[in-house]
Amino acid sequence: MKASNALWKQQLTGKLPESLAREVDIYESEIALRKQGKIDERVFAETRLRRGTYGQRYDNGQRHDGTKVQQIPYPSGDLTKGPMTMWDAPGMQRIKIPGGGLNAEQLETMAELAEEYSDGIAHVTTRQDFQLHYIHIEDTPTLMRRLAAVQITTREACGNSVRNVTACPYAGVCSDEVFDVTPYSHVLSKFLLGHPDCQNFGRKFKPAFSGCAQHACGLTNMHDLGFIATTRTENGKERRGFAMYVGGGLGAVAYQAKLFDSFVPVEEMLPLSQAIARIYAKYGEKKNRNKARIKFLVQDFGIAKFKELVLEERKILPPDPRWTEFVEEAEKFEEKPLAAPGDWPKSTTESFQRWVKTNTRVQKQKGYAVVTIALPLGDITANQLRSLADIARRFTKETVRLTVEQNFVIRWVSQSDLPEIYKALDAAKLADPGAGTIVDIVTCPGTDTCKLGISSSRGLAAELRKELTETGVKFDGSVENLHIKISGCYNSCGQHHVADLGFYGVSRKVGNYAVPHFQVVLGGEWEHNAGAYGLPVAAVPSKNIPKVVTRLTERYLANRTSGETFQNFVKRTGKVEMKSMLEDLTKATATDRSFFSDWGDPREYSLSDHGVGECAGEVVSPVDFELTAAEREVFEAQVAFDGGQVKKARDTAYHAMLHAAKALVKLADPGISDDADKIVSEFRTLYFDTQKFWDPFAGGKFASYLFDAHQKANAAYNEDATRYLIDEAQLFIDAAYSCNTKLSTPVSV
Amino acid sequence: MTLQHVNVKLLAKNPEQVDLEPLIPIFHEWIQGQLFEELLLDVADYRHVPAGSGVMVIGHQADYSVDNTDDRLGVRYNRKNALDGNNQERLQQAARAALIAFQRLETDPRLGGKLRFNGQDLEIFINDRILAPNRETTREAADPDLRAFAKKLFGGSDHSLDYYSLRNDSDPRRLFGASLKSTKSFSVSDLLKNLS
Repeated sequence: MKASNALWKQQLTGKLPESLAREVDIYESEIALRKQGKIDERVFAETRLRRGTYGQRYDNGQRHDGTKVQQIPYPSGDLTKGPMTMWDAPGMQRIKIPGGGLNAEQLETMAELAEEYSDGIAHVTTRQDFQLHYIHIEDTPTLMRRLAAVQITTREACGNSVRNVTACPYAGVCSDEVFDVTPYSHVLSKFLLGHPDCQNFGRKFKPAFSGCAQHACGLTNMHDLGFIATTRTENGKERRGFAMYVGGGLGAVAYQAKLFDSFVPVEEMLPLSQAIARIYAKYGEKKNRNKARIKFLVQDFGIAKFKELVLEERKILPPDPRWTEFVEEAEKFEEKPLAAPGDWPKSTTESFQRWVKTNTRVQKQKGYAVVTIALPLGDITANQLRSLADIARRFTKETVRLTVEQNFVIRWVSQSDLPEIYKALDAAKLADPGAGTIVDIVTCPGTDTCKLGISSSRGLAAELRKELTETGVKFDGSVENLHIKISGCYNSCGQHHVADLGFYGVSRKVGNYAVPHFQVVLGGEWEHNAGAYGLPVAAVPSKNIPKVVTRLTERYLANRTSGETFQNFVKRTGKVEMKSMLEDLTKATATDRSFFSDWGDPREYSLSDHGVGECAGEVVSPVDFELTAAEREVFEAQVAFDGGQVKKARDTAYHAMLHAAKALVKLADPGISDDADKIVSEFRTLYFDTQKFWDPFAGGKFASYLFDAHQKANAAYNEDATRYLIDEAQLFIDAAYSCNTKLSTPVSV
Repeated sequence: MTLQHVNVKLLAKNPEQVDLEPLIPIFHEWIQGQLFEELLLDVADYRHVPAGSGVMVIGHQADYSVDNTDDRLGVRYNRKNALDGNNQERLQQAARAALIAFQRLETDPRLGGKLRFNGQDLEIFINDRILAPNRETTREAADPDLRAFAKKLFGGSDHSLDYYSLRNDSDPRRLFGASLKSTKSFSVSDLLKNLS
């Protein structure tokens, strides 16, 4: 903990916006009360999360060191900051940046905080936030005060609240947009922050804005609440509004948002959002957090009934002047350039040309360009942040934004300044080419710092980035522009569902060892605001993933038809062929030790922090065979689904779950019959009630997929529900593998 | 003035020859054996970030790293928790910790003898902008302590002390710091002896 916390409080008194100052003071008091044991740890956990202060890996006080689980003797002993979360354990601070917009002073503050409280690195997330890691809880009020001094709040950056409101980073400068969504995203962000109608959600709620329907930048289809700019002519006058979407979300099972209304006038943006918040708070699941996102509510009600309820709620809302007072100002909103428009520079050096090709784009305003800074794994140093602040001041009116691809963009750069800004960025080591290409890999923190991580997404991303940069020269444009996105687990923070090549972390057993794997997810679409979600094709050992990328890209190059996108190539080739293409890479041999540790982490891989025993041989048990068969069935369900055989897909996916459940039940009851009721009943008794099947963080979520599917076995299934069921079946089988690994490996504490 | 959160960085010889990858298993071993006074918790790998934090072992009271900030590779100790004692004791504690870490790395066979102290250069930072803003008054206030420390560290031999003139010395946004350079070349163990 810093010696200077009291000094900062003294220095910043009277200099912060009153509401933010009060907010931090309250939080600081809560910290003191928790230390005295006067606030329950669960209550404190939620209050801390609502200020963006998360836990990190190993905060339960133990860590697998490669041979055994070690207890971590934190100085504060048993004091906790939440259930199973030790007080002194380093944590992560998430910092919301609405719409990703930052000025130079804010960049400088981020630099200071990264240096003084973290590890010198600020990490940009896939939702236009910053994250600082390894922060001590008792430094967080000072950190928040210093942020508040530059008009940044961490309030509601985590917890069951309205998260950062994201927006297309090209809003206002993109030639394809309908209008600039920037002011509307800011208004919504401000309106919903701390709003009384948003304080009783069962889960988080993520809004997003896009200026157009065709590009990816806003990703509105995968958000709880999405707005796409549109206009309508009424009485000869153009009127601004939004196509409003609701109920999208990634997570373990990805849902596409449903169109709520094709035209919501801007005057209705706030009241309708408020009405949606009320309906979500009123009817949304509260007890089972695994079913608590609004996407489940929309799915259960159906969009027509959901809309009806919202419109009824809208009618009884007490009027609020804020609903419309922004409208006039928002229409006038316009960022201004610092320099006069310029001409596109003539060819200079080869490196400049390479950078220009991938890292710049022309603005709709003649003579200006947007420059993208591609950050490796979303990381930037304190010195680079200060350099970026200098560059923003020198070339623009500090018009910098974060992107959902974990990069920065600098807007309003005069085109004639491009050679100079390139030089300045290069001096700061911020001029890596390849923004938005296959080397610009998106990844969540994974096992590096996240306690939900199963495999090392950052380790894999670093390795792929290195290899693809080295071999990149041989790619043509169609491969160069593919998107790779990696999540360390099924929770999709790396947005693997919407990548050309998506990966999410799972584990499998080889012999008696747990081996880090990634599910290969193909067929996702980044464009059209995350227009389609991919489905898993095969689980491949982590160390074989670079070979997967090479093989898939080579096959695409060799076999594509003229102008065929990768997504269409996957569709045309078919999942059966795609899977067989990777078949040999799915095997890890027990004799090759490299498979048993993850990228960038030489410790013997451990599924959780409960250790893995020494190898007792390479016996493949019957349950392993059965789980493999169940996984094959899920794949067959996917193939049937892709072929339009919805009923067959649904039946096969359900049977795959039953198959996996039966495999586990057989361990205790070898004579179990094929009767579905009996399998489910025994599975419940043996694995759910005993919590043996429970995921350390998702609890009984995956088991509930089986129970729901069994309960609805004879119910009618539509296409959406079948697609979700297939995803759920894959997750259930992943969890069955994990359960089997845990059951067959001794705990070494 | 009170110097807290002292950082000491000892610069490496022939930095271009140093491969940082072997540091990852080495640092995991440090955690496994809890080989230092501080409680060591995790390894952070920032090799992909140019001129950045390098590879770090994160601790509760302090972090150790082979740090490449400003493209100057060296072994860095970052004291996070406040320490009792006077300024000399805090400067010496941080320097001793960095030297012990460097000594261990110099002799680790996995680094192939390539990570070596350059014998002369050491940087000191105060990682706290309110205790030590990077400005003239801080330099004046800290100067006697830093000179006394440098004299002891280098055993009274000739050396220079510059206030972070290596780069952007006038930038008040950067951490307050100083660079010490000895005219004579010292081994890590020599410097440790001088501090004992």
